[in-house]
Amino acid sequence: MQNEELELQQEKSPEQGKTGKDAPVHVPHKKDAHANPAAPPNKQASVAKRTDSFLYGIPQLGLSRVERQVPLNEPPPMPANADLKYLGKPTPRYDGVAKVTGAGKYTADVYLPGMLYARMVGAGVPHARVLAIDTTAAERYPGVRAVHVIQHVLGNAELRDPSKERPSRYPIVRYMGQPMAAVAATSQAAADEAAALVKVQYDPMGFVVDRDAARATDAPSVYPGPADQGGTAGGGGGPANVPQVGNVHGPERKNVGDVARGFAESDVVVEGEYYTQVQTHSALETHGVVADWKAEELTVYASTQGTSSVRNELSEIFKLPKSKVRVITEYMGGGFGAKFGAGNEGVVAVELSRKAKAPVRLMLDRREEHIASNRPDSHQKLKIGAKRNGTLTAIQLTSYGTAGVGTGAGTAGPATNMYNCPNLLTEEYDVFINAGPGAAFRAPGHPQGCFALEQAIDDLAEKLDLDPLEFRGRIDDSPARKVERQIILEKTDWRNRHRAGADPGPIKRGIGLSQSVWYRFVNLNSSCEVRISKDGSVELMSAVQDIGGGTKTMLAQVVAEEFGIPPQSVVIRIGDTRYPIGPDSGGSVTTGSISPAARNAAHQAKQHLLAAIAPSLGVAPDQLEFKDGRVSVASDPSRSYSLRQAAAKMPTDEVSARATRVPDYTRDKITYGGVDYVELAVDTETGRVHVERVLGVHDCGRPMNPLGVISQINGGILQGISYALFEQRIMDRGKGYMLNADLENYKILGAREVPQIDVILIENYIAQSSTDAAGIGESAGIIALAAAIGNAFYNATGVRMRRLPMTPARVLAALGKTDQEMHA
Amino acid sequence: MNRFTFVDCTTVAEALDHLKQGSVAKAGGIDLLDLMKDGIVSPSMLVNIRRVKELHGIETSEQGLSLGPLTTLSELAAHPVIQKTYTALSDAASHAATPQIRNMATVGGNLMQRQRCWYFRSSEYNCLRKGGSECFAQKGENQYHAIMGNEICAMVHPSSTAVPLMAFGAQVELTSKKGKRTVPLNEFYIRPDESLLDETVVKSDELITRILVPAPAAGTRSAYQKYGEKESFDWPLADAGVVLVMDGNTCRSASIVMGVAAPTPLHAKAAEVVLAGKTIDEATARAAGKAAVDSATPLEQNGYKVQLFHTVVYRTILLASGQLKRDPSAVGGMA
Ligand SMILES: Cc1cc2nc3c(=O)[nH]c(=O)nc-3n(C[C@H](O)[C@H](O)[C@H](O)COP(=O)(O)OP(=O)(O)OC[C@H]3O[C@@H](n4cnc5c(N)ncnc54)[C@H](O)[C@@H]3O)c2cc1C
Repeated sequence: MQNEELELQQEKSPEQGKTGKDAPVHVPHKKDAHANPAAPPNKQASVAKRTDSFLYGIPQLGLSRVERQVPLNEPPPMPANADLKYLGKPTPRYDGVAKVTGAGKYTADVYLPGMLYARMVGAGVPHARVLAIDTTAAERYPGVRAVHVIQHVLGNAELRDPSKERPSRYPIVRYMGQPMAAVAATSQAAADEAAALVKVQYDPMGFVVDRDAARATDAPSVYPGPADQGGTAGGGGGPANVPQVGNVHGPERKNVGDVARGFAESDVVVEGEYYTQVQTHSALETHGVVADWKAEELTVYASTQGTSSVRNELSEIFKLPKSKVRVITEYMGGGFGAKFGAGNEGVVAVELSRKAKAPVRLMLDRREEHIASNRPDSHQKLKIGAKRNGTLTAIQLTSYGTAGVGTGAGTAGPATNMYNCPNLLTEEYDVFINAGPGAAFRAPGHPQGCFALEQAIDDLAEKLDLDPLEFRGRIDDSPARKVERQIILEKTDWRNRHRAGADPGPIKRGIGLSQSVWYRFVNLNSSCEVRISKDGSVELMSAVQDIGGGTKTMLAQVVAEEFGIPPQSVVIRIGDTRYPIGPDSGGSVTTGSISPAARNAAHQAKQHLLAAIAPSLGVAPDQLEFKDGRVSVASDPSRSYSLRQAAAKMPTDEVSARATRVPDYTRDKITYGGVDYVELAVDTETGRVHVERVLGVHDCGRPMNPLGVISQINGGILQGISYALFEQRIMDRGKGYMLNADLENYKILGAREVPQIDVILIENYIAQSSTDAAGIGESAGIIALAAAIGNAFYNATGVRMRRLPMTPARVLAALGKTDQEMHA
Repeated sequence: MNRFTFVDCTTVAEALDHLKQGSVAKAGGIDLLDLMKDGIVSPSMLVNIRRVKELHGIETSEQGLSLGPLTTLSELAAHPVIQKTYTALSDAASHAATPQIRNMATVGGNLMQRQRCWYFRSSEYNCLRKGGSECFAQKGENQYHAIMGNEICAMVHPSSTAVPLMAFGAQVELTSKKGKRTVPLNEFYIRPDESLLDETVVKSDELITRILVPAPAAGTRSAYQKYGEKESFDWPLADAGVVLVMDGNTCRSASIVMGVAAPTPLHAKAAEVVLAGKTIDEATARAAGKAAVDSATPLEQNGYKVQLFHTVVYRTILLASGQLKRDPSAVGGMA
């Protein structure tokens, strides 16, 4: 089984890389990380194969065919979307009505008999040793059934050498709000009130919550020695075993060619510094679980992006066989990368349930949610050299970012992977501060990296006197983005844009764009079972969860296409580890990983059906055809049956098949991307920026459900605008307290900030699996928007915005209307 | 711990019977419940006045407007006479908070809401207003704080309706068991240098029973404008109400109030002086805007608000005089 171990680890995505303490992590900026993680060759060789001819390419560039070796029981190659009935067609959300009517039950809607309610106790200081925790008053509080004191905190980095720190009975507090203990009671009010009675005695230490201040040699140390983030399933974590001096962890260095030579050979150089802020995930549904500990089985309803990741972590921590841990996620209210594994709240809820012998619900409140995870900030220095002919000669990026008490603030992904450049040097540093840990967040590192890279590319284009679109054409090899740029040219006023800052008067308009890059990850832990019952009904089962991206809808379409029946008639049962294992939803792996398993299972179930009814029809199974929802005898088309009629002929009440994702057909390096175009207006007297129009042109292999894909891109574009203009964590430097851990002063764009959005999808057939599907979650606008807005801002005003978010305070500072600089 | 009794009243007399030490009136409950959940206030009794009929209703007459304090912001925004004659007031009411909040929030509660300051509103900080010895905003994170009158305490009062009401010279009728008194809104709010523990002149046994707005003089035109970081669901960074009494193109008198510039809504007296007797054009409006912020004393991070007030004052003057149809930075794209 060694091979299989290796295989599973190889294809971990950046968002789900860490389920165990020392599982290897693929950070997306490692060039080898996005090589298609197919099985090792020796393994592939052992599988019997046939050769099929597949559709290949992008319609706009002309489709061709390629031959691939595929395992024998793969279904036949799938035609282009234009030739399909349900796939590639806009399909309304499978559970949309249930969601809007409230019939869909989210974790916080789960009520179990005798269920208790829990509240965690967070640290009241940002950095301290804990001398004592007194829970007596809480225990005595009316209604309280259990109190638990946390022995090990998840999410924080861990010291490489634990002896650097004096042993402590309780975990060292490294940020304000760090989970310390928890209380379960018969009502939420009682739990909240009892939690406030837990008394903690601290021996405070110096703290720092500002990235710049933390880099100073005399800054208080968050860790007394080198530390690496590990032991959570949250992903996003940074490199281990890099140097660490004080709070500065790194660099992780990547060196290709020789940048010094590259700059020496260049005709023009641009150099700039860029600052991005900490963004918190702010999913509408906070993190939380309902845990029900029973001797025979632990059942956990979890708001998670990975039912399997929760099961794995709980089974490891509680030393339970996986067969006795069941995790259920039927409806999920968003995660954006912050919800993998059990989390502190999951572990604590299970502890409380075990102690109280009753089910326990623990949902984080909004403050806890803001503190539990975030997208790290950044301070990037980027230098790019180019020749007059518009080829790049060198890229050099140094970045410092803080993931609080964690790591993973690297930003080099776009600089490494977007453009052709022979010489590259990137050095990424994490800076520890006393604030909640960073976690994977929709395209980790990429919005930050693009904010720098894509503005620098525009600056370079200006110096080279080239149109920024044309310039990108010279340095970008991606055929998909080539088509995307062409579409932008055709559908917008790009060619007529004015020179920077040309508008007279206080309101200045501008247009700009940015590209994005993301990678193909596939998770082979992707299985489905498809059942056909004698009444002709069809259902699919998998542990995969739908985190809001529309996985249920997409699976229904896949099965529907295979059987020729409407998607609404297929029953999709997912989000339960009792079903065949599903991939964790991170790194945009879900659709690309699970859809081939669904199709293969449906295809094989269909074969089983034909085999089962062939005898009663007096023909051999291979004489039966399944087409457009009907079974017919090939030699006698008059003998044709609906699925229901055919199923009624089965000798048993049910046939089913189960299939698991096979590795991609080849090991090609595959990336996805998009080009986002923005029109905006800047009021130079108020510093307000209004995004007026966005056109996003994106690719994601075969678009399975255009409605769902466009919805993801709409969401990514809005989240990107929100990141660019509004969202920021504000820490009080005096006390280490997050001042805006709410949805009032943590500002997220609302209805009135929504511009006109148009999305155009291109089809990109890559001939890699039985569906050729790919994910869209990460490359869906969030990566490019801040940079596109920055470029449009420059076109409007002639001034570069180097700091996010672009609030009136920062915009007026950049425009020289106030002499104060907001700290970032 | 939030343990309290809740009494539902139907008459002012009944409500006044209950208003004593420890109890507090609840109108829409928007601000009050937030303060209770955040542990800033913990009244032992909530006196619900929402069902008191006599405190509802908008009356218009030749003398002016008489507003029941339970009039919601939505009702203010939708009233045709207010829209026409007291435009700044309907504009302010329609731009506060969110549609849902405006349906619940009352004008009395809106005037009485506590100031905004994240240090004041967090139980983590025992600031001057809570009997502590420090204003954390002075050296802390103060990007949203006051740029004037901020030496002692830098909170801002965010009431959008107070801004035009003050500009129109409104009076507030207060009733207690001892009787009634009427206070000009100009004297309603208490500055930090006067007291740190009281924010308004309203005593704990008093209710606002009426808000009276005098009928504007002939030739009056008004406007209100608010800037937040975003349009949906946000607090003002700067807002202004302007009431001009015009004689043709000449401004006979101007009343200009700035919202979140100081711990209380503030008359921009220097700007009013600039306009008096002048022809309103962009140059005079800008001069007035500049005068409005001449005395600003910004803190470390809120210098940008000086520019915002300069802009909001000059543009609201032009909006009031009709020389600007809509603020170029208003919702729905810039003009
Ligand atoms: C997200 C958000 C954004 C907001 N944005 C704005 C904004 O832009 N502009 C703005 O102005 N406001 C804004 N608000 C605040 C909101 O408008 C006020 O909280 C609301 O108007 C308070 O009215 P209420 O009736 O709910 O008062 P309550 O919460 O019921 O009462 C508030 C206070 O007034 C007292 N009170 C109420 N009625 C009387 C009375 N008749 N006599 C004596 N005392 C009384 C109460 O005792 C209490 O102390 C916002 C609020 C939120 C949550």
